[in-house]
Amino acid sequence: MEAKRELLDLLLSDARQSTDDIARQLGVDAATVEALVDELESEGAIRGYQAVVDWDSVGEEHVRAEVELNVELDRETGYEEIARRIAKFPEVSSLRLISGSYDFAVDVEGESMHDVSNFVSEQIAPIPEVTQTVTHFVMTTYKERGVYFGDGDDDDRLSISP
Amino acid sequence: MTEGTHSPLSKRARETPPSGIRRFFELAEEMDDIVSLGVGEPDFSAPWAARSAAIDSLERGRTSYTANRGRKDLRERIAEHVTRYDLSYEPDEEILVTAGASEAVDLAMRALVDPGDTVAVPQPSYISYGPTVTFAGGEALPVQTRAENDFVLTYEDLERAGAADADTLVLCYPNNPTGAVMTREELTEVAEFAREHDLVVLSDEIYAALRYEDEHVSIATLPGMRERTVVFNGFSKAYAMTGMRLGYALGPAEIIDAMNRIHQYTMLSAPTTAQFAAIEALESCDDAVEEMRQEFDRRRKFVISRFNELGMDCFEAKGAFYVFPKCPPGWEDDEAFAEALIREKRVALVPGRVFGEGGNGHLRVSYASGMSELKEALNRIESFVESN
Repeated sequence: MEAKRELLDLLLSDARQSTDDIARQLGVDAATVEALVDELESEGAIRGYQAVVDWDSVGEEHVRAEVELNVELDRETGYEEIARRIAKFPEVSSLRLISGSYDFAVDVEGESMHDVSNFVSEQIAPIPEVTQTVTHFVMTTYKERGVYFGDGDDDDRLSISP
Repeated sequence: MTEGTHSPLSKRARETPPSGIRRFFELAEEMDDIVSLGVGEPDFSAPWAARSAAIDSLERGRTSYTANRGRKDLRERIAEHVTRYDLSYEPDEEILVTAGASEAVDLAMRALVDPGDTVAVPQPSYISYGPTVTFAGGEALPVQTRAENDFVLTYEDLERAGAADADTLVLCYPNNPTGAVMTREELTEVAEFAREHDLVVLSDEIYAALRYEDEHVSIATLPGMRERTVVFNGFSKAYAMTGMRLGYALGPAEIIDAMNRIHQYTMLSAPTTAQFAAIEALESCDDAVEEMRQEFDRRRKFVISRFNELGMDCFEAKGAFYVFPKCPPGWEDDEAFAEALIREKRVALVPGRVFGEGGNGHLRVSYASGMSELKEALNRIESFVESN
């Protein structure tokens, strides 16, 4: 596999590992890794680095909802423009145009259910193109960005074997 | 047994020492917080498709014996599978499905070795070859491979050890414990020696799918070798199916037939559930194997570079999931090093001498563990090396 592509895999599995450790796994030197990371960032392939947080373990209220949005387009307004308007809200953590029975899937985060539903009814629903919203509150998160939140499987292999 | 009491045990059983890893296993078992680099099996689970095929076969109640040689559809797929190594074997006559490649090795020894026969066993190598020779009534002749050759077996190694008088030669590449592989050119020398001295070659190729720099070459594909070679392979390492116990032997009909006769009386047939898993593994799991291989490759590069940075000379092992670094300067005795390391830093690895004299001063390090464990283990080894 090409080093740059493989670097992407390594960062996807653990973006916090040291440049030296990445270099060792790729069989290149640290300066090459730095250069490849710069390239990936400037090309826009890597848009950011974030922690995967299990909010249940943080000990503060954190509510998340997945909101289905239906919109009606007109001659002047397309998906792009509606998306731009919705994406600017800090409460919106992700926004995707999807296929199927509704148009946008929006993740909304807030400190309480009240916050979240207020936000949807006061900021999203009034947008003229929005014809319908359906809000699903997240009850439990089991897995996030590839990280399973349950206990890992025990390694039941013998500690030493031939 | 006190002096003079007659032991109920056979001479062979009495004279077979327990495996050298036993002591380290016991040390490791009584400690908490161990990071182990001593594991000889993948840390992955078998690909889901293979597990699912096993479950499905159980649900359908497929729990009876199979044909002695293994299910015919499995043998046909094995025949098809090994063509990727340019090997061509007839499913009905030249393929035997066994309970792990280990059983196949044992069967071959018993089918080929008469009392007084000599089997040349290159070392360092997997710990079972010598004992299976003994159990078959033969004599194992150790042939030391050398660190300066990166543990590749050479014509000179064979000559020096007196293997010209042997009847059979064991070959194990990609190698456990060194991770060494052999190229076509290197195998050509060994094949020449085998032909010149009329040796049968038992080629354990269980790690064939785990090569990182080049393609696996089987000695059986070299001129004049097919008729004198038995190839062993299986599902344990490539498909992470160690506990399913399924392997196979490929060889001339006469030898496979003799092995099957012994198998018929001792094992009857290889585990049925595992055979169903294996059929599916061969049919649809190439991608899963490739993913595991790529993951192993990253770890391999990581550990080799870490050991060399620590001053523990580590040649570039290109196969299996082991590297074989030297003890750091100041440590001659691999066993003393491994014991001090596990006691002080809770890192388990296997001293090289366990795999034969040629392994003295080296350590077998398995990278069949996740990156975070490998990093932790290497950090602990670093702090051990710095403070000793």
